[in-house]
Amino acid sequence: MNDTAILEQILLTLNGEPFRIHHGATIAELCAAIDLNPKKVAVERNLEIVPRSTFADMKLADGDSLEIVHFVGGG
Amino acid sequence: MAGNDSWTVAGQTFTSRLIVGTGKYQDFEENAAALEASGAEIITVAVRRVNVSDPKAPMLTDYISPKKYTYLPNTAGCFTAEDAIRTLRLAREAGGWDLVKLEVLGEAKTLYPNMVETIRATEVLASEGFKPMVYCVDDPIAAKQLEDAGAVAVMPLGAPIGSGLGIQNCVTIRLIVEGAKVPILVDAGVGTASDAAVAMELGCDGVLMNTAIAEAKDPVRMARAMKLSVESGREAYLAGRMGRRMYADPSSPLAGLI
Repeated sequence: MNDTAILEQILLTLNGEPFRIHHGATIAELCAAIDLNPKKVAVERNLEIVPRSTFADMKLADGDSLEIVHFVGGG
Repeated sequence: MAGNDSWTVAGQTFTSRLIVGTGKYQDFEENAAALEASGAEIITVAVRRVNVSDPKAPMLTDYISPKKYTYLPNTAGCFTAEDAIRTLRLAREAGGWDLVKLEVLGEAKTLYPNMVETIRATEVLASEGFKPMVYCVDDPIAAKQLEDAGAVAVMPLGAPIGSGLGIQNCVTIRLIVEGAKVPILVDAGVGTASDAAVAMELGCDGVLMNTAIAEAKDPVRMARAMKLSVESGREAYLAGRMGRRMYADPSSPLAGLI
């Protein structure tokens, strides 16, 4: 890695927190980067639902806002 | 007989008339044990952000299988139609289920629903193919409006969420039951087994509860009590209770008295 590596990162907002990932990363790669099973979650990108079938193709862009949710106990 | 007494919502048929929530339990094991004891086939679940810093933390789905139980995603914590719709779109993507529980809250203090927003959200959800079971006030007019808006079940509160006060207005619950073409379930307010029995004796199709089981000293035992009370309340309703009299009527024959 060299000094350009950091420049090639993009900055996301992931569940309300800043998160950096490499330029060109897909949602599937993001899930892998945070060790998350994509089958158990739903993803919203800039307020649009991302179908799970497109996780491997959907490239993230700098400034994207992502919500990744799952089911928890509730009444 | 109770064994054949199933009910149907949005084309899905269930045997148990008890729906239980999955919040407020000490741990997943206790939750799973209480669920088993309750005999419930449908459970409500919430949709929340994944903990990005600890994605391998145990998940509800590891303990309570969505293959065995019908997950009913809720919109708890949503105060606008938009938030509720957004939450359920995510829920549908996460689980693939159209049957959902809609609640749009009006204020934190009472957790009473905002009915204007609730009706609006029901219309949007129905138009998007969702099958919303809708938490609402115990108002027979609002119940009809929800039915017209596309609710597949109407779920009036018996008392405020988590209050355990029991059904505060049996008359309005009964009026809702009598006017409805969709299933009616009391959602919220049940505190103990007799409250659930009252709901069923009023002719409700089912009861939804969370806190009454989760906050009991022995949740597994209370879950069993609720199972029995829902069944007995239903049986009493079907049996047709005796008429009420102002004065006594002896059970032993008057003829043949010595």
